[in-house]
Amino acid sequence: MSAIAKTTLTAATPTWDVGRVRQDFPILGELVHGVPVAYLDSAASAQKPRQVIEAVDRLYRHNYGNVHRGVHALSERATAAYEGARDSLRRFINAGSRQEIVFVRGATEGINLVAQSFGRRFRPGEQVVLSMMEHHANIVPWQLLREQTGIELKVIPINQAGELDLEAYQRLLGERTRMVAVTQVSNALGTINPVRRMIELAHAENIPVLVDGAQAVPHLRVDVQALDCDFFVFSGHKMFGPTGIGVLYAKERWLEEMPPYQGGGDMIRTVSFERTTFNDLPYKFEAGTPHIAGAVGLGAAAEYLEALDMDCAGRYEHELLEYGSARLQEIPGLRLIGTAREKASVLSFVIDDVHPHDLGTILDRKGIAVRAGHHCAMPLMQFYGVPATARASLAFYNTREEIDRLCAALTWAQEVLA
Amino acid sequence: MSDLGDLYQEVILEHKRHPRNHRPMPDASRDVDGHNPLCGDHIHLHVKLKGDTIEDVSFEGAGCAISTASASMMTERVKGMQRAEARTLFTAVHRLLTGNDAGSDPATLGKLAIFAGIRNYPSRVKCASLSWHTLNAALQDDGESVVTTE
Repeated sequence: MSAIAKTTLTAATPTWDVGRVRQDFPILGELVHGVPVAYLDSAASAQKPRQVIEAVDRLYRHNYGNVHRGVHALSERATAAYEGARDSLRRFINAGSRQEIVFVRGATEGINLVAQSFGRRFRPGEQVVLSMMEHHANIVPWQLLREQTGIELKVIPINQAGELDLEAYQRLLGERTRMVAVTQVSNALGTINPVRRMIELAHAENIPVLVDGAQAVPHLRVDVQALDCDFFVFSGHKMFGPTGIGVLYAKERWLEEMPPYQGGGDMIRTVSFERTTFNDLPYKFEAGTPHIAGAVGLGAAAEYLEALDMDCAGRYEHELLEYGSARLQEIPGLRLIGTAREKASVLSFVIDDVHPHDLGTILDRKGIAVRAGHHCAMPLMQFYGVPATARASLAFYNTREEIDRLCAALTWAQEVLA
Repeated sequence: MSDLGDLYQEVILEHKRHPRNHRPMPDASRDVDGHNPLCGDHIHLHVKLKGDTIEDVSFEGAGCAISTASASMMTERVKGMQRAEARTLFTAVHRLLTGNDAGSDPATLGKLAIFAGIRNYPSRVKCASLSWHTLNAALQDDGESVVTTE
């Protein structure tokens, strides 16, 4: 699309045709306990458009073989599809080069890879800075590294609204800081962190930054070059792609320096029992036969999102968020957890005398899917003094009617349990 | 109450609203923490043993309606029981919750039989079993101090 055409579209602020978008997601027509499902759990895992389902189906029906190996036609077609997906993902986050796109199992594996490879050279007493709102996936890998290397972990505090304390962050950055690892969007609160500014601050001290983008990519247009992050990880299944596949983006200079994470086939150039030489980037980090169909499905998801116009989708989600926040707050005894000014479409809440786990079950009977639990962010739950929250997380395929159903069902839950 | 009646029965809701034996026990002979990593719930169970008799039992911690009612009804039931008796009951409850109770005697369970409905809600079975697993650990000779439902 030409720059002019794109500008015109944006200027016209097209309205979001949610009905048409829903047609792309076959599962949204499913009945649960006899009623159409209201899927408000996209932050746990997003549903898949037929474009993704069909891409995977097409690969297995027509184009499947192992990649990077065969001289036969099916292997070549599979390789072309797999590498084509890498190109789509490079474009999707605007990475400078396709060599910087490493396929991994998901954001979790991406962070483990960085901790175990890039972090391996950290020395005792050196520090990694995290935030209070990290998912366990961005806490535990660093704790494992702490066991191995003797590093220290420092935690950026948050305020009651669920926003990072940037002044405290700046004070944490020092001579011993080797790395900042922070989420762009909180899965439990929805907070959008000012990662661009945080990266600037870290880079002023020559500290590399890893951004956990798992919850960002389904909602925001991400440009890793504009962010200037050193590492960016995300999972396919949260951005409407398959499970078991994700991406680690890393600046080429870091990937060149880093030792391999896992050894095996595909990541080598030559192997003898005396010595092995490693393959070029990104293959040095892709040991073994990869999740070919996953990558192809994820490539299709990236293309789907690009074709949708993420900015327009984002505006629609924001309207839903505002509507949902207002409606929920009309419910007596309900407290929203996470009220940051900059927020993605996540509504985390607790209700007096109603445990989130009971809510989850009761809402399910009305066909409404929400998450109830600690959202793999137990330190954050502790900060708010709650064992768990209920969370309705919205995507661009959700509707105001679904939020109305949620509110009615919450009132019913209060009656059931009162 | 529509179609949730098999889960949220009136007895369960009554125990959720007014849990029995929900209190600390400074002179307990066993204190065990039970965790349900799935939902983050935890229960602190206190048991006072006199010989092999459960002289007193209480619990602390906030959980969902099912886990609170289950703990409440369990403490009511096992107080005064012999250790071995309580452990037999644990096995019976466990079988009931997992749908593995063919041939068991309904009289053993008594009021606890109302938890049978939970089988229709597989994700909630651990809510009901948490307090029982914790009790079972507390009654072991080498009682562990932390148990989980995983």
